[in-house]
Amino acid sequence: MSQILAVLERHPSGWHKMSWEALAGAMELGRALGLPVSACVLGPGAAGAAAEAAAMGAAGVIVLEHEALEQYAADAWIEALAELIAELQPVFAVFPHTYQTRDFAPALAARFGRTLMADCTGFSMEGGAAAFERLLFQGKQIGRFVFETPAPNFVSFQAGAFRAAQPAAAAGRVTVKRPALDAARIRQRPEPPFREAAQAVDLSAAERIVAVGRGIQDEGNLELARQLAAALGAELAASRPIIDNGWLPADRQVGSSGQTVAPKLYIALGISGAIQHIVGMKGAGCIVAINRDPKAPIFEIADYALVGDLFEITPALIDALSG
Amino acid sequence: MKILVALKQVPARDLPVESSGAWIDESALQYEMNEPDAYALEAALQMKEASGGEVIALSAGPARVQTALREALAKGADRAIHIQAEGEAARGTDPSINARLLEVAVREEQPHLVLTGLQSDDTGSGQTGVILAARLGWPHATLVVAIEPGDGAVRVKRELEGGWYQHVTLPVPAVLTIQSGISRLRYATLMGIKRAKTKEIRVVEPPAEALAGGGLCLAGLAEPRRQKQTQFLEGRPAEQAAQLVEKLRFEARVL
Repeated sequence: MSQILAVLERHPSGWHKMSWEALAGAMELGRALGLPVSACVLGPGAAGAAAEAAAMGAAGVIVLEHEALEQYAADAWIEALAELIAELQPVFAVFPHTYQTRDFAPALAARFGRTLMADCTGFSMEGGAAAFERLLFQGKQIGRFVFETPAPNFVSFQAGAFRAAQPAAAAGRVTVKRPALDAARIRQRPEPPFREAAQAVDLSAAERIVAVGRGIQDEGNLELARQLAAALGAELAASRPIIDNGWLPADRQVGSSGQTVAPKLYIALGISGAIQHIVGMKGAGCIVAINRDPKAPIFEIADYALVGDLFEITPALIDALSG
Repeated sequence: MKILVALKQVPARDLPVESSGAWIDESALQYEMNEPDAYALEAALQMKEASGGEVIALSAGPARVQTALREALAKGADRAIHIQAEGEAARGTDPSINARLLEVAVREEQPHLVLTGLQSDDTGSGQTGVILAARLGWPHATLVVAIEPGDGAVRVKRELEGGWYQHVTLPVPAVLTIQSGISRLRYATLMGIKRAKTKEIRVVEPPAEALAGGGLCLAGLAEPRRQKQTQFLEGRPAEQAAQLVEKLRFEARVL
């Protein structure tokens, strides 16, 4: 049966919330193409959580149950999903573009001689076919892509590409399947996930944040950002390159590999706005961006944009705040 | 260990990228080594320094990628391989093509490990390493932030989301995609740059089937749409600052 399959992501701690955005994307594709949508759940606690997934609007939910799926390993996910996709032959298999999807979905698509259309921000219909949008060149261009391969094709959607699916009036049917997964084929031996030393700073509770990026250029220049933060009563934060350079500790990082924040005020100093950073701060109430490049992607989500030299604007701002 | 590092040359991140709607204006660009790949190279060089072996830098693309390979040689790679590709095959908009081009050299060299950055700063699919592993039939791990070589296996530390990590052990040969920040990047020394001139860059012409499309077709490019009503505050720095404070106090009411 022709359909769209949304692959949801389940962790021991619960759902990955991007699962519902990917499901919403799958349902939007389904409406555009006149196809029903099924959702698939695998991973720890999948069976117990299936009813929750079935309430989210998909026509059906397929639970893949197997002892080898109790902990994530790339090969296990590839084997189990390849079997399901070979059986269902969906028009599209849709994934949330999470770290876990990045780990297994490209190889899953390769099994079928396909290439994953990764990290899409949306789609439009062109002559009866879906064209998918992806950001290219650090968000400086948007590419419109179409598949040249027949079904099944594979798509992952970026965080925030769709508003999360909400519980629907009628619940979909739950089917449990046991994949013929051969545990001997799983080559990765995973150990339990862990956290490094407890975070000293909880940026998610901050009302105001001053965040610095590559534009700060030098460790010594961080003092300027500290002074601005002090003038505002704000916490100091940073994008990944600053942490990679060892200029600030990891608990000051905002973004997909750091903390997710939603302060009332977020001032981005010399941050270009890579998507990995934006997913961590786009929920801020008021976003101010200071950057010398007028085309920096950060300006697309900013409320107030100051194009110019942060080494001139920041001291002026500190003066204006104390005036 | 024999380690192959796959690196990509990408447009410099500080410069604007303009397009005609079909493809970008390449003549206006300058290129640099993809930063995540620079971290993959660093990880490989540190493994070699700790326990010996060989580091081979590998890149697919037009003649200009030899600049990135020469940089890798200057930093300490032993030799380099340049897989020739031009035009659409070198754009990177279809990661399967890049994976197939790299595969040509991996099959010839049969290294213990292939290291590459977790994604490229230009097309950003984050897939090349994983597709390469799938094509070779090798295991892989992504988002790697530490590598412990073992007997016929490697134990790696992977970054998960939200500050979580995980150790995974996998047999070699394997493909690892490296997260940025795995360690501090080194600069090439003058001696290194001098030595690099005498090191070999082997040029390989790939078979025609390696250049075939993987199924993703770029139908067009456009400038991104603005998602918010952004107010651009103009003027000299002092004027911009004064306007901002005014707006934050009385319009956004966040001060």
